Parts: sequence; structure tokens; C-alpha cells
Amino acid sequence: MNDAPTNDDPILRIEALSKDFGPVRAVDAVSLDIRRNEFFALLGPSGCGKSTLLRMLAGFEMPSGGRILLEGEDISGLKPERRPVNLMFQSYALFPHMSVLRNIAYGLEMERLPRAEIRARVDEIMAVTDLTGFADRKPEQLSGGQKQRVALARALVKRPKVLLLDEPLGALDKKLRERMQLELKRLQHDVGITFIVVTHDQEEALVMADRMAILRDGKLLQCGSPETVYENPTDRFVANFIGVMNFIEGRIGGDGHFSAKSVRLPVPHLAAGPTALAIRPEDVGIEHGGDAGIPGRITDIAYNGLDRVLHVAIDASATPIQVRVPARVEAGHAIGEPIRIAIAPDRCKFFPA
Amino acid sequence: MSFQATRPNLLAAPAVAWLLAFMVAPCLLILGYAFFERGTWGGVVYTFTLENFERVFDPLYARIFVNSARIAATVTLLAILVAYPAAYAISRAPRSRQPILLFFAVLPFWSNYLIRTYAWIVLLNREGLINNVLRWGGYEGEPLSMLYSEGAVIIGLVYNYLPFVILAIYSSLSRLDMSLVEASRDLGAGPIRTFLRVTLPLTLPGVAAGGVFVFVLSIGNFVTPALLGGGRFQMIGNLVYDQFLTANDWPFGAALGMILIAIMIALLTLQARATNRASGTVREAER
Amino acid sequence: MMGFTRQNAGGRATLIVVFGFLYLPIVVLVGLSFNEAGLPTVWSGFSTKWYGALLGNSDILGAAWNTLVVAVFATVIATVLGTLLAIGIETRRRASTGLEALVFAPMVIPDIVLAVALLSFFSRLDVTLGLHTIVLSHVIFDLAFVCSIVRARLKHFDYSIVEASRDLGASPWTTFWRVTFPVLMPAIVAGALLAFTLSIDEFIIAFFTAGAGRSSITLPMQIYSMIRFGITPEINALATIVMSVSAAALLLSQWLNKDQLR
Repeated sequence: MNDAPTNDDPILRIEALSKDFGPVRAVDAVSLDIRRNEFFALLGPSGCGKSTLLRMLAGFEMPSGGRILLEGEDISGLKPERRPVNLMFQSYALFPHMSVLRNIAYGLEMERLPRAEIRARVDEIMAVTDLTGFADRKPEQLSGGQKQRVALARALVKRPKVLLLDEPLGALDKKLRERMQLELKRLQHDVGITFIVVTHDQEEALVMADRMAILRDGKLLQCGSPETVYENPTDRFVANFIGVMNFIEGRIGGDGHFSAKSVRLPVPHLAAGPTALAIRPEDVGIEHGGDAGIPGRITDIAYNGLDRVLHVAIDASATPIQVRVPARVEAGHAIGEPIRIAIAPDRCKFFPA
Repeated sequence: MSFQATRPNLLAAPAVAWLLAFMVAPCLLILGYAFFERGTWGGVVYTFTLENFERVFDPLYARIFVNSARIAATVTLLAILVAYPAAYAISRAPRSRQPILLFFAVLPFWSNYLIRTYAWIVLLNREGLINNVLRWGGYEGEPLSMLYSEGAVIIGLVYNYLPFVILAIYSSLSRLDMSLVEASRDLGAGPIRTFLRVTLPLTLPGVAAGGVFVFVLSIGNFVTPALLGGGRFQMIGNLVYDQFLTANDWPFGAALGMILIAIMIALLTLQARATNRASGTVREAER
Repeated sequence: MMGFTRQNAGGRATLIVVFGFLYLPIVVLVGLSFNEAGLPTVWSGFSTKWYGALLGNSDILGAAWNTLVVAVFATVIATVLGTLLAIGIETRRRASTGLEALVFAPMVIPDIVLAVALLSFFSRLDVTLGLHTIVLSHVIFDLAFVCSIVRARLKHFDYSIVEASRDLGASPWTTFWRVTFPVLMPAIVAGALLAFTLSIDEFIIAFFTAGAGRSSITLPMQIYSMIRFGITPEINALATIVMSVSAAALLLSQWLNKDQLR
């Protein structure tokens, strides 16, 4: 029984999936495995093809090429109503003429379940999503956060094999969004359903996802856990898109060193040629005293409470280098002040230009 | 987003077929008739001729054309002059009240045209309300004969089409960004100059839409001249009516009808161009 | 018209004058219909006798019946065709100028031209004129108005609810009846009511496409011939009834349309 599904088998396998709109290739040969019970994020800037990919999974767009396998079965050709997959719409798409209860029961009525079972499952999901007492409200009488929960309940009550969420928190204000990120993750854990979330907000993806895929211009750039993607971006775009990254344009010479004006670092194993050095603000240090490090001048100081970001102009970079330092340790800096910064070679990433 | 009905063209097909069969085909038919001769006993003889169009320049008919155009222009101008202040007042009323005011301004427009015209016969005739009021007020002379005159026709037409012009101008005004008006005042223009330099130019598309509509419907009107102008008063609409129902000269009537359609298309095209240009300026300004 | 601020006194005065102009003739007409004497010369007391006189007039009752038949048939056909047309136009991927013009034309074409065109058309095809030809003709402008009202609703329509319904397991057919249609319903009914009043009130096209004889005379045709004959108190009463029916239908239509926009 070698081919019996185990927990390590992907629940959803996307094989070389493509979508063309006329001459435009919106999704370009994307292959992904989504594991059972995982919280997966599709991340990318607007127009990267993430929504089209999600709509192909839901069945609203037919792929131009490739396959979608759900538990090993090809569902690429199935109509939306035949797929054991549900979508939570970005606009929530609540039926305006139905009460909260009718909205949530709708999908179960389509399955022609007995009335009592529908009632029981609706009550259960309303309790889970904290909607008890709202059954008779119309969508127009709900707040943004409540609508979001109704949309979620309506999709979850069907017990889909995979729940697709299109920018689920996009319409909420910042405070509520931060709370709902954790809420959503808790809920996913409780119901034990695989979630695929589309978002353009990298912070949201980092907080919520078990694994994430970064798309750009229809292509998959990198897929991995938030930590892997943050610490080891394999692509310059990813490095820039996730978190904050400083770039210094220079070249690697035959001597095994990266150099750009006053910046010079040993990089023994890399090929020579024009290269960009990338380093996160928290990996840049400040040299106190002496003439070690790279000379620069503070152009801006941003105080965030916990830490302080110094913007330091150096000769090797057109844009100032951001240096993140603990606020209480590095107090007393002033704009215009000369400063020396240190770049640790082992924290650097290098991308051939 | 890409919501697709199963087949949009299939859904539109029955209505489109209906319009093609019962509007476009009949209009093409009389377009054809306009180029044929009339038979001795009425009917149409299929011999090509341009005579029907030449007859329009016959002084007898040319006078009716000029009269109709003059009356339609007067009606249009008066309707705009009355409708603009009314639409402006509605647009400045409290927001919650605007839909109700607008609804009651437009309500008469949807009620029976004949009855609205007839109401003016009641008001204007020699034994009518206005003469009675004058008599109670001490007026001793002959009752005024206001009915069956050009003035009565003009009043009737303005009355009937005013609601539509109010609606058209209001819809332009309600879309006007009030911060533009405030900006103009802030930059030192008084209320009158602000109106002339900002409000009016930006609401001209609504004025044009209302104006074209009134002009087209007035010049081709048949009921109002027949009822308020009396038998002696003719406009193009009455001429068309006569050719089909009394003179039995269908080709000439068809030619007159085509001229009305041509006027309508020309004015609508001009109006569409003007509106496009106006909205183009706005886009330019927003950049 | 309460609630104006003092700066708006001018606006208020304007509205009083304009609304006076719009409603005075109607008010006079309605008032006279209840005047015992029936004429504007003297007010001889309140009476409903002119309404009673209408009920005894078989010509008017026959015309009213014909009008109702025409309006009901034209409204039903136009509502179905106009609604489908509206959905068809709004869901096209690309706008079509030709289609727009075709749908706009019935609302602006001078009715006398359409009337003579239809008369020519029906007589060329040797179609016997009657109530059925009036219905065929009225559907033209009725469907254009239904279409424009339903389209206005579709512009605010959130199409993702249609997708949501499919996603939750409903077929296109179920989705139409359980989601799309109920949401569009107020606009469709509002359009139907408007079409109904337009048909009830339409005179010129009916006049040209009714054919000869009393059997297909509609109420507006009856009113026209009465007006040509002279002012009579019965017309005032009849006019009051006709206007009340239109106003009621329009109020209802407006109320439905407002409700759905909330």
C-alpha cells in the first residue's frame, strides 16, 4: 500500500499551470505543492497573477495549460460548483437580500442536506466564528469585521478540502487587520482545513503563513517558510519585496572581494562580475570610535519606539543605507552627524546584476 | 471583474431582433418611400425621385420649417432658463430632500401628455380660469383669447418638457465637485464669476442634453400644435400627420419624417461631441 | 421644502414658482373634476357626479379596457426582453456603439415619425391593424425604458455574489433564480411599472397603429377626440383618474428603486 495518502502527501498539486488573456500571460507555468492542513500564502505585488491563480483553483478561470490535482484527482476541468474547494471573496460577496443565516446555509442547501443537519452545522460554525446572535441581520447591518466573519463562515460551513481566501483582510482597518491575522490562524488550526491566502501584504504573509510562494509577472520566484524566504531570498526581487533590504551595487573582482567605493568585503566562492550586495537593516552595525567600518553621515532618523532606524548616506550607494538599532542603546544621534557603519560579510546576500 | 453571463449576445438577441423588426425596418421602409413618387390615388409608385425633398423648399413648406425651428428654439431656450435655476435650487437643497424634490419635478413628465396639454386649454380658453380670475379682479374688457396662438403652443411645449430639462441639468450639477466652486471663491472670484467661469462650463453637458431633447421633441411635435395652436397652426409634425392621414401623400410625409430624423441625429452627434470635449477638459484639468 | 437655510431663500422661492407652474394646471383640472357645475366659471359645490357619468359611458369603459389589455401585454413582453437585454449589454466584454444607439433610439425618436413608419410597415406587409399592432409597437419604447432602469441597477451590482453562489455549489440556473433575479427584482418591477404607465398614456403611435373602427380605440385616443370636441367635465374626471393611476404606479416604482439602493 505504497500509494496510500499520508500526511506528507500534498493535498493540492499545481502542475505547470498557465493562463493567457489574449497576448498577456497572467500565470506562467507555476508548479506548487500545498500540504495538508497548511496555511499557505500566495504573495506578490498587484498584477503578479496571484488572483488569477486563485481563480483557476476555484474554477472561475480555465487554465490555458497545466493541471490542478486535488488529492491526486485532476479538477482542472470541473465547474466551480463541482469543486470541493471554496473561496472567500475579497469583497465578501454576501448576498444582500439574504440574512446572515440564509447566507451561511446557502451552500449546504445546494448540497440538499436535511434541514436539521443544515441548522446544526450553521449553528456550529456561527459559534466558531463568533456570530451567534447575528442570524437575522442583513449584510447591510453588519460592520466590516462582521461581514468578513460571515463570508468566512459561509465558506467554512461547506467543510471544503481547501479554503481559498482572496485578500481576506484587505478591507479592514489596520488595528482590526492585525487582530484578525492571529484570529484567522487560530481558526485554521481549530477547523483543520488547508488555507490558501492571496495577499499583497508581505507582513501579513509573514505573520500568518506556514509557507509562502512569491509571484511576479506570473512566475513563481520562491517558495518556502517565512523564515527561509526572509533569511535566504534566492532572488533579488524577493529580497527587496519581503521586509526591508539595503542594496549596494558593485562588482566582485578576480581577487575574491566585493567592492564598491569605500565598501570592500571578502567573498571567496562567488563568480566575478557586476553584483549587488544585499543586507538587512538589523544586520548593519555601528562602529564606535576608531576608523574601522564604512564612513557615512546620518541623513534621517526614524524612531519606532522599540528601535530606531538611522538612514546613513555612504559613497557606495545612491540611496542611504538603513541601519536598525535598539532605540534605548543608540540614543543621542543627530541628523548630519558623521558615523561609521559595519557590514558583516556572513550576513550578506549577493545577486549577480 | 470578469463576470460572464453564459452568452451575453444570446440574452440581447430577442430585444435586438424586436427593435430591428419593428423600429429599424419601418424606418428604412419610409426612408425608401421618401425617394418614390406618390400614386394618383395615394399609395406609392416605385419610381425614383428627389421631388419630395425639393418640395421642402417650396415657400409654403419652407415657412412651416422655419416656424417650427423658431418655435422649437424658443421653447428650448425658455425651458433651459427656467430649468437651470430650479435644478440649481434642488442641488443646493439638503441632501436628504433632493430625491423627493427631483421626483416631484419629474412626476408630471411621466403622466399623460394629452392631459397635461388639455389642462392648458382649461386655463387659457376664453371661458377659462385665467380669464375668470381677471374678471374677478375687476377686468371689464373682452376676454383675452390666449388659446390657439403661437404663445400657447410655446407655453404648452415648455410646460411638457421642463421636467426633463430639470432632470438633465440636475444630474450634471449633482456630479459637480463642490470643492471646485469653493476653490474658485478662495482664489478671489465672486459668486457670479464663479458661476460663469466654473459651474456653468462644467454643467454645460447637462444643459446640452436637456436642450437637444427638448428641441428634437418640440420640432417634431404634433399634439401640442394641434390642441393649443388650433387647426390653423402647423408645425412639421402636423405636416407629417396630414400627409399620411388626410393628403394621402406618403412619400412626401416620409421625406419630412426623414428630415426630422436627420435633425435629431445631427443634434445628438453634436451634443455627444460637445460632451466628450467637456469631459476631456475635466480629465485634462485633473491631471 | 422646509429645511432650507437662509442663504437658500432664493432657491426656495425659485422652487415654489417652478413647482407652482408645474402643478397649477394639474391642480385646477383635478379641482374642476369635483365641481358640481363642471366649469371654471363658478364653483357650485363638491360633487362626484362627473365620475358617475364616466361609469355610464360605454365608449370610455371600452377604451379603458383596450388600454389595459395593450398595456399589460406590452409591459410583460417589454419587461422580459428589456431585462434580458440589460443583462446582455452589461455582461458583454466590450461595449458596442451600435447596440447602444439601437437601444437609445426609441427614447429620442420623434413619436410621429415612428408612428408613420409603423403604419407604412404594417400596411406594406398587409397586417390587419388592431390592438395587437399597438402592442407590437409599444414594446419598442417600453423595452428601452425597462432596459435603462435594469442597467442602472446592474451598474451597482456586485458580480462576485454570482461567483460566490457558484462557488457554494449552485448551478448557473439556480444562481439566476436565487441570487441574480431577487437582487435585480426591484429594478425589474420599477421598469415594468414605468413601461405600464408609458403604454397607458401613449397616444400618437397607438393612433396610427390602431386601425379604423371603435374596436381598438384606447383611452388616450378617446380623450383626444373628446378634447377636440370641446371641454367637458367628464374629461376632467377621466383625466384625474388616468393621472392618479400613473402617479400611483410611478410612486411605487420610485419607492422600489430607492429601497434597492440602500
